[in-house]
Amino acid sequence: RGLLTRLNTPICIVCYLAAIVWFMGLAFEPFTLRTDMSENAMGSTMVLLRGASAVPRQGVRSSQKTGAVSTWLVKAMQSRGLEVFTQSFSRKLPFPDENKERYMVRGTNVYGILRAPRAPRTEALVISAPCSPGDSNNQAVGLLLALAQYFRNQVYWAKDIIFLVNEHDLMGTQAWLEAYHHTNITGMEYSPLQGRGGSIQAALSLELSSDVITSLDLILDGLNGQLPNLDLANLFYAFCQKLGVLCTIQGKLQRNDWDTAEGYTHAAQTMMLMVLKQACGRSWGDHGLFLRYHIEAASVRGINSFRHYKTDAATIGRLLEGMVRKLNNLLERLHQSYFFYLLPSLSRFVSIGCYMPAFGLLVVILLLRALDLWVHLGAPALAAVEGVTEAQQPSGPAVLTVLTPVVISHLTGVALYLLPVHLQEMAVEHFPVSETEAVVLTAVAIYTTGLALPHNTQRLLSGEGTEQGWKVLKLTALLYLAVLLGCTALINFSLGFVLAVTLVPITASMTPHMPKALSALVMVLLSPAFTILYCVFIYQELIEAPVSVSEGWMLFLSVISQGILDHALYGSLVYPLLALFIYPCWLMFWNILFWS
Amino acid sequence: MAAHRCGLSLVFILIFSSLACHSSCDSLENANEDTEEKQSVSDTPREVNSDGSIAAEDLNERRGRSTDAELDRRDGTRTSEALTPAAAARDEFQEELVIRPLHSGDIYASFQFRTLWDTDFLQEGQKVSHYRLFPKSLGQVLSKFSVRELHISFTQGFWRTMQWGQPFIPSPPGAELWVWFHDTVSDVDGNWKELTNVLSGIFCASLNFIDLTNTVQPSASFKPLGLGNATDHRFLRYATLPREIVCTENLTPWKKLLPCGSKAGLAVLLKSEKLFHSSFHSQAVHIRPVCQDEQCTSKAWELRQTLNVVFDLYTAGQGKKEWSLFKMFSRTLTEACPLATSSKVYVDITDNPEGELFELSPATPLLSQAVVLGDRRTYSVFDLTRAETFGQLRSLNLLLRWKGDGGEMLRPLLHAERYVAGFGLQTGEIHTVIYNNHPYRAFPVLLMDSVPWYLQLYIHTLTVTSKSRDNKPSYIHYQPAKDRHRPHLLEMLIQLPPHSMTEVTVQFERALLKWTEYTPDPNHGFYVGSSVVSALVPSMVAMNTNFTQDQPLFSSFVPVKEESSYFVRVYTEPLLVNLPTPDFSMPYNVICLTCTVVAVGYGSFYNLLTRTFQVDEPSLPLAKRLANLIRRIRGVPLLT
Repeated sequence: RGLLTRLNTPICIVCYLAAIVWFMGLAFEPFTLRTDMSENAMGSTMVLLRGASAVPRQGVRSSQKTGAVSTWLVKAMQSRGLEVFTQSFSRKLPFPDENKERYMVRGTNVYGILRAPRAPRTEALVISAPCSPGDSNNQAVGLLLALAQYFRNQVYWAKDIIFLVNEHDLMGTQAWLEAYHHTNITGMEYSPLQGRGGSIQAALSLELSSDVITSLDLILDGLNGQLPNLDLANLFYAFCQKLGVLCTIQGKLQRNDWDTAEGYTHAAQTMMLMVLKQACGRSWGDHGLFLRYHIEAASVRGINSFRHYKTDAATIGRLLEGMVRKLNNLLERLHQSYFFYLLPSLSRFVSIGCYMPAFGLLVVILLLRALDLWVHLGAPALAAVEGVTEAQQPSGPAVLTVLTPVVISHLTGVALYLLPVHLQEMAVEHFPVSETEAVVLTAVAIYTTGLALPHNTQRLLSGEGTEQGWKVLKLTALLYLAVLLGCTALINFSLGFVLAVTLVPITASMTPHMPKALSALVMVLLSPAFTILYCVFIYQELIEAPVSVSEGWMLFLSVISQGILDHALYGSLVYPLLALFIYPCWLMFWNILFWS
Repeated sequence: MAAHRCGLSLVFILIFSSLACHSSCDSLENANEDTEEKQSVSDTPREVNSDGSIAAEDLNERRGRSTDAELDRRDGTRTSEALTPAAAARDEFQEELVIRPLHSGDIYASFQFRTLWDTDFLQEGQKVSHYRLFPKSLGQVLSKFSVRELHISFTQGFWRTMQWGQPFIPSPPGAELWVWFHDTVSDVDGNWKELTNVLSGIFCASLNFIDLTNTVQPSASFKPLGLGNATDHRFLRYATLPREIVCTENLTPWKKLLPCGSKAGLAVLLKSEKLFHSSFHSQAVHIRPVCQDEQCTSKAWELRQTLNVVFDLYTAGQGKKEWSLFKMFSRTLTEACPLATSSKVYVDITDNPEGELFELSPATPLLSQAVVLGDRRTYSVFDLTRAETFGQLRSLNLLLRWKGDGGEMLRPLLHAERYVAGFGLQTGEIHTVIYNNHPYRAFPVLLMDSVPWYLQLYIHTLTVTSKSRDNKPSYIHYQPAKDRHRPHLLEMLIQLPPHSMTEVTVQFERALLKWTEYTPDPNHGFYVGSSVVSALVPSMVAMNTNFTQDQPLFSSFVPVKEESSYFVRVYTEPLLVNLPTPDFSMPYNVICLTCTVVAVGYGSFYNLLTRTFQVDEPSLPLAKRLANLIRRIRGVPLLT
């Protein structure tokens, strides 16, 4: 015990550094594991792939011009021998989405079910392609129809295959999934589904952004940082290898020179990108919404990166055919491989057992500091054992001094969570801004106001804070933060880790006795909002599209609005987590800084 | 309580009316009506075209017989006791094949083989040892277990009502078995257990997995289809195995029950490589007591073997929209079964009066009309007992050439589907949706749900809504499950408003099983058998009161009673539900590793311990051996 209190600070510093080094070491190839197919039913890739060749994308285009995509799709699917159904949905967004320019959303999903012969409609696979007005994804819809035609003539299907063409990308998927499972989490209005195929075992989403495809990108990150089973990634990788298709993850090709500095940096960048994407908790493709329903899903995105190497639609068709046939062979749901992993490249992965220690080292710092404080708090109490009445007497105010900042911080958090969306009309009336700007700026304003609130109220309440008061508060706050981060990391490791990296140093070292101005500046710079800002910049840097400060700021604002929208539309939990828990917790430390 | 009683009586009325229809049909020995069994209506076939006098006479006679039989039964005059058992056995065998081109472009082939066994072994002092056409294996089972009625079906695939319309004989995916025992049986559960094991052997199926945890006793949904009006459901057992996979090994024993085997007659078409290359395959055996003659003086046993197949236009057609017997079954017909009294092939040409949908060759002058499933259908008939059917080539190869383009969805009058709602592994909700697509008639349906115990139903959450209004079932029979002993049984009589969708929902909690109770593939999920919707559906024929094209006006004013509704049973899809499953990988590895270590270690140790390396010595005399034994105990060196 003596050792821990005496060497507390050095141990904490060592832990922090070790955590960072450990984390960065995860991308180093010798420390990672090679991916291999764990599911026996998908073992060999020795299937004869014939593929579909004729891709009817002209039809999609012409129907888009006349504006009757859904009726055309119904006809096209029917003529391919599918059972076709449509579903209409509508949703009014809480505030206009400026990135995608939508507010009142009204759309129609078209899906066709290929019934497997001699199967009792208990299992299904989904292949989906988002189809939005414009030229963006009609290649994928065409490929989907070609696949449907080809699949219809095959006899080996054991599971029903559902071909879904969803409008308004994620919103269509959300409406369809909610109707399929008869739930309503987000207040979407939709018509019920007429045809079903039993429990969905796996789903693939297809996005082909241009006619010329040079490589395929696999997207795994789903809502709230959920990931599909690693076997799905392995499957994709195996077929890319077999067919000689360039495949990427996070848009990064794989390199073989792990022993060089560039090789390592490349892997580290890929992994960092995955961490950042996962941390933001949004669904990066249509597949992300399937994961909630225990359906393993991934998006395959065709990318034109202007290389010489080109992949034609038939090859992509063969790739999908192979994957679907493998999934069709599944006897059980995908469960053999990992659900928690990070991918420095498609062929290497870091399992949960490897990356958790990095996070553990960070949380240990919080616990060590809490232990230290506990010992310090206990020492004077031991000295004052004889005066029991004296010890009891100040306990009342102490509880109050701790409780007040906790309650006030959380009320600020609740305000940050509720007010931006509800006050938008008022804000639009009084300020010359659009609804979206109103929401975001209200959020920023409440966030900033929160900085002024706690210490003022605290001063108002008890005049002068005692030494013991802030220690108890800090002890509470440290334990609270440790529990919060721990729970977050169990669900979404990346989010927990990113928050821990920025929050742990200031929270561990914060005392009221430090130089006010400097530490206040540091504290603000390491606050959750600035963490988001840094993430935006780092992300832009990693995808090789660096932005200036002003652009970064605009991006930051749009990220906030997207976060709020994701929460409202799809039930993403990052915004409520930050607003209701992390931010109040940070405010408690802010309160400690201005204690006296 | 009163409401319940009222409901019950309603149920019985429903059942009785269907029964009456059935029994009247039973006595008809015409193959026309045999096309459907459970849903049969008392149809009066009219030979539309030619073959004049014989057909007409036949018809008159049949009419007379059917009404007689019906009257007899209603009066309850059972004169079977008076029958002399020495009467010559009049066993009969009939075979028939109905080919129906489906709306979707697929083709539906339905075989029926009917064997009549003129004996009544349930009577006192009757001992049966002589079998002619009836399979001995089944006959012995019937007499040993005192079975009154037995229905067993094996189905691979799901009948797509929306595309194919109603099947002649509905069956749920997997295996279904329901048996009425004779009311003299004291230990029904014991008999049932033994019977399932025996049947499991006869049909090479996993029927032995039927035990008390998946057996129910429906109170109203399954009534005897044969003679006798037993209503005490203590003697009924019903079980389904939704996971059962049907394959050639089940087909072979089924074919062996036929008098001609697969050597002659229609059964030559039953080649497994083609039958299992289809969208739907269902084979069934139905045994029930029927009247032997017009006066119903004696009972006979009827064995009906049915086999239904739907062939897919897309996968097998290879682009050509053409069907022939040879294409479907890789055989053509050359003869009737010599033991059969009638052997016919029917082709449904109702939708094709002018030949615009498909072209059928060879053409036949024989036409027959029947009301099947409430719809008046016209069939071309090919009688295999006549030589001219086979033509010059001595073989019959029916050819159907499609002209039209199907594919539109149908709207069957009654249709049901089921799914699991919700997500997560704790709770869920079973939704059963029943559609009544009749434009103006409401009708009641009996819904039966049997849910395994590991889905713990919250019966207080049971809701029935039609047209977004609460629909109170007039009769509910609910038997809660007992963990590891008995499944849930829920039966309800629901009135379906016209042109409506009725949704029945009930929430459940997924139980956590003991680790030994998981199947070897727990992540596949657990099956919940189909729910059964039984109903008397208003007939299409009765619907067309305005339809006076080919009927005299006086015949269509009041809808005929028999034609006004028909009995239909609709099965929903089975459900696949995931239960919370522990990660078995670690125990699995441990078990594998331990087994390997133990096997290797035990093997070598056993080898070492049991192998003796000593020189073979001549055995000592008994006295010396005894002495040695004593010496060993004393620790003194042994004698040699």
